[in-house]
Amino acid sequence: MKEVKCECGHVNPQGTILCESCGRLLEDNEKEKQLIDMRYEGSARRSQTYNKTIIDKIWNFFSSVKVGVSLIIILLIASSLGTIFPQEMYIPPLLPASEYYGEKYGWLGKLYYDLGFHNLYSSWWYLILIAALGISLVIASLDRVVPLYRSLKNQRVKRHESFLKRQRMFHVSDAELPEEASAKIKAKLAKKRYKLREEDGDLLAEKNRFSRWGPYVNHLGLIIFLIGGMLRFVPGMYVDEILWLRDGETKSIPGTEGRYYLKNNQFIFEVYDKDKDEKVFKDAISKVGTVVKNYQTNATLYERQGDIIPGETPKLEKVRDQSIQVNKPLKIDGYALYQVDYKLGEMSKMAFKLENKQTKEQFGDLVVDLYDPKMSYDLGKGYKVEVMSYFPDFEFNEDGEPATKSRVPNNPAFIFNMITPDKPDGEVSFVAIRQNLEPLGENDYKMTFAGIETKNVTALTVRKDYTLWIIGLGGLIFMIGVVQGAYWNHRRLWIRRINGQIWTAAHTNKNWYGLKRELDEVFADSGIDAPKDQEAEDKKE
Amino acid sequence: MKKKRLITRTIILVVMALAVGYTLYANMNKDKNNKIVVGEPAPDFVLVDMEGNKHRLSEYKGQGVFLNFWATWCKPCEREMPYIENQYQQFKDQGVQVLAIDSGETDLVVNRFIDRKGLNFPVMIDDGAVQSTYGINPLPITFLIDKEGNVVRIHTGELTEETVRAFMEQIKP
Repeated sequence: MKEVKCECGHVNPQGTILCESCGRLLEDNEKEKQLIDMRYEGSARRSQTYNKTIIDKIWNFFSSVKVGVSLIIILLIASSLGTIFPQEMYIPPLLPASEYYGEKYGWLGKLYYDLGFHNLYSSWWYLILIAALGISLVIASLDRVVPLYRSLKNQRVKRHESFLKRQRMFHVSDAELPEEASAKIKAKLAKKRYKLREEDGDLLAEKNRFSRWGPYVNHLGLIIFLIGGMLRFVPGMYVDEILWLRDGETKSIPGTEGRYYLKNNQFIFEVYDKDKDEKVFKDAISKVGTVVKNYQTNATLYERQGDIIPGETPKLEKVRDQSIQVNKPLKIDGYALYQVDYKLGEMSKMAFKLENKQTKEQFGDLVVDLYDPKMSYDLGKGYKVEVMSYFPDFEFNEDGEPATKSRVPNNPAFIFNMITPDKPDGEVSFVAIRQNLEPLGENDYKMTFAGIETKNVTALTVRKDYTLWIIGLGGLIFMIGVVQGAYWNHRRLWIRRINGQIWTAAHTNKNWYGLKRELDEVFADSGIDAPKDQEAEDKKE
Repeated sequence: MKKKRLITRTIILVVMALAVGYTLYANMNKDKNNKIVVGEPAPDFVLVDMEGNKHRLSEYKGQGVFLNFWATWCKPCEREMPYIENQYQQFKDQGVQVLAIDSGETDLVVNRFIDRKGLNFPVMIDDGAVQSTYGINPLPITFLIDKEGNVVRIHTGELTEETVRAFMEQIKP
């Protein structure tokens, strides 16, 4: 490795701008500047120096702050795109995603789906962006924190004149600094919590160096946060599923590998009542209309007994009854089930009457369970209705034939065969919502619609998260880093006796005004002037 | 010194690349039908057909099983059913069994469909457990299982009569 030897004898890594030890300028083009760039203490960022192998090239790419910032901007834009419409996991499972977006949000929704934005946060390109940002954080931090640590650790008390005079705060006093005044300055500095180092009457006072590590602590927090996010992909660490349950339905809880089952006994949806509830709510209720009081699922939790072959009816043992309300989840074995959504009034049963069209005489009721219709319904006295076809989600297909879009009874339709004593072969009737067709010619009888029964559907989020504490820890470290870097400033003051003059220079990483005030106070009544802000003086001229 | 740096950088990059690679891999296979692997044993299941007979996959060892997942509302499924029926008639005496699993529809709908299409092979309704074991997403999907009970082929999408024939030929014991 090519190294740069400073006149003071210290050997610096290649690319160093200011000698780590004495602060002499090592790069010629820096010498023309009036003030020096103190970022990273003029140390060599490793990446800028070597560019030989492919590994170095990759390393240098990620080390760049420009690349990091670009990644953040791209991620911000991408993340906001994902919030335009709900993500796939949050849409009700009544329609497939391919149809849902188009139907609900029009062509924009369709485009959204086609571009894959309905699953944006788990798309490969989004994950690659996040990963690239994580890599950039690690490499950019390593590349900066190591040299910065080296130079802050190696700094000498006696900095070279060229270093001192190019500091923003600098002054040369043609005066003596008697021992007494010097002691006073030192006492004042110590009182302000400066750490003092002395060499042959020259002084380096430094405080809050730890503030310089703030950004790197912050990055460390972010990296831990990302590792926590990554652990969610490790099996068993994280479950986030949704469970839709109709009233009376029992299903296995997703994510539990079929170990737990949940029955929805009843979903309750309550609103505040203007007259029954306390009077204080009255105004609010009249203003808004309906205010929801309670979303509640009365559930029973079951645990499966023994092994099971898929398809077999499981042997279930009741664990307990519990009502699940918003923010009052059912918890079992690391899993938590939260009330998250609902659907009121899903069709569950349809009632019909068989009617003679002429006499208007009606024969018996039949109630068709839309989830389990029977093949035929016997109404007695020779009257019988056969269900020839059932279309739970009726539509006419491309060939103009009745068909069903899915198995969910969103728009039920039936073809009935009505058998009556006077028509023993039956008459065919096609019945859908607000439709009653007679496809095979004029009938004597018809099916009249006699009502509908509905059920509520509850949606529960199934959540298990063993990564949360890691993510929380990452967040905490992140905040510590922010505070560390934001509320403290790294301040240094150099005092040197050179040729009978007193040279003073000072540096801070931020809040120059604060430093100036502090130094004015320190140097008051000492007989020498505090270092002056050279940049402010430039502006005055 | 230079070599040391190269090694350090390589190690750090490799570790991070592995972590990212694992995450992407885990994410891609999250919802995917990766539970069933060609060459591995097909997961066992038990279902009752429309005639009330119990069918357990492992009991068909020694025979080839043509396992088809379908639904009445799935048009490609409907189109391929007659081909499966025709070839079933050809191969049923040669040790090939057809099991057709409907995706959770009602008995009525499935029975009427069987009558309309004149299907003779066992048809059963699964409420989700078997489908999730087999990672079924789009329909139709056909699994070919050989006489040892191993999956030899997974076919997603509509079948022609030729392919049905070739598939049954493939799993004939």
